[in-house]
Amino acid sequence: MTFINYASREINCKIVYFGPGLCGKTTNIQYIFERTNPAAKGKMISLATETDRTLFFDFLPLDLGTIRGFKTRFHLYTVPGQVFYDASRRLILKGADGVVFVADSQESRFEANLESMKNLEDALRDHGLDIDSIPYVLQLNKRDLPTSMPTDALRDALRRNGEPVFEAVATEGVGVFETLKAVAKLILARLKGS
Amino acid sequence: MSLGDLILHEEEYQKLRALIERLRQDSNARIVFLLDRNGQPVAYIGDMDGTDPTALASLAAGNVAATEGLARLVGEEEFSNLYHEGQRDNLHVSVVGRRMILVVVFDEHSSLGLVRLRVRKITAELLPVLEEVERRASTERTQFEAAFADITDADLDALFND
Repeated sequence: MTFINYASREINCKIVYFGPGLCGKTTNIQYIFERTNPAAKGKMISLATETDRTLFFDFLPLDLGTIRGFKTRFHLYTVPGQVFYDASRRLILKGADGVVFVADSQESRFEANLESMKNLEDALRDHGLDIDSIPYVLQLNKRDLPTSMPTDALRDALRRNGEPVFEAVATEGVGVFETLKAVAKLILARLKGS
Repeated sequence: MSLGDLILHEEEYQKLRALIERLRQDSNARIVFLLDRNGQPVAYIGDMDGTDPTALASLAAGNVAATEGLARLVGEEEFSNLYHEGQRDNLHVSVVGRRMILVVVFDEHSSLGLVRLRVRKITAELLPVLEEVERRASTERTQFEAAFADITDADLDALFND
């Protein structure tokens, strides 16, 4: 749900990072937080357990700049990836303008990726959203690990319908901003009403 | 754009601001904050010194969403009022209509009873303004799309130049 505020000349959009537990969702927005000009970012909030696992969500507000006289503000959220936090994931997806699915490239996490993807589809449907029409980007994370699957095999298994796909090493920032830019562009392009 | 988009104009923004300012005065509160259920700040009044409005909005919306989830678990549609008591400041959180949340931060200069009473009164006045926002949104959306129709890829790329 985009919030267009004529009073403050702002367009506010919500991007949700989704994916299985420990795939690197928080690492993505942590890297964005660390590498963004302080004037362009707000406070990052992490509601995490004592062991730094996301309990409810991480949140980062970002100002990307002005377009047609409107400031573009993006609110980045992550969901908790662990399977039993399903209720929380569904709450956070509400009102999403765009979704990034962060896949864990490790062979051992292949089934967890598929399960999480199915969970995303179901949760979006609960909110009247369709993964095939909402602005959506697929990120294949942890490409640096020796245990990672071949890119083609993972992409073929997870890619849906021509969405942008990025290889990433979120701990080093590889592919992180490319992913963010792609989903932000898809959201803004949608404002054209096309 | 989807049906749920929210478009707020200066005129309605000023009406909402005037109403929450009245609530702040009548309830002797420190801060009154109006946000939407998705965590977007809409309008706020009061001494926000040291309080990040964007963070407050996202956490309050998360709080309401989690409490609604709890309500459904026990067979309620929602718990429409939440109250958090602190040593110095207290928070009263209430749902306004279908898509807004009102947060009142108050200290010992006010009381829960007074805040609840004033919130109930002002909610009745906020609702017609919010209905007007919704009504206008459907026509304004078309105008907004028209204004954005000529955005080019270069415009979008320019956002990411730094």
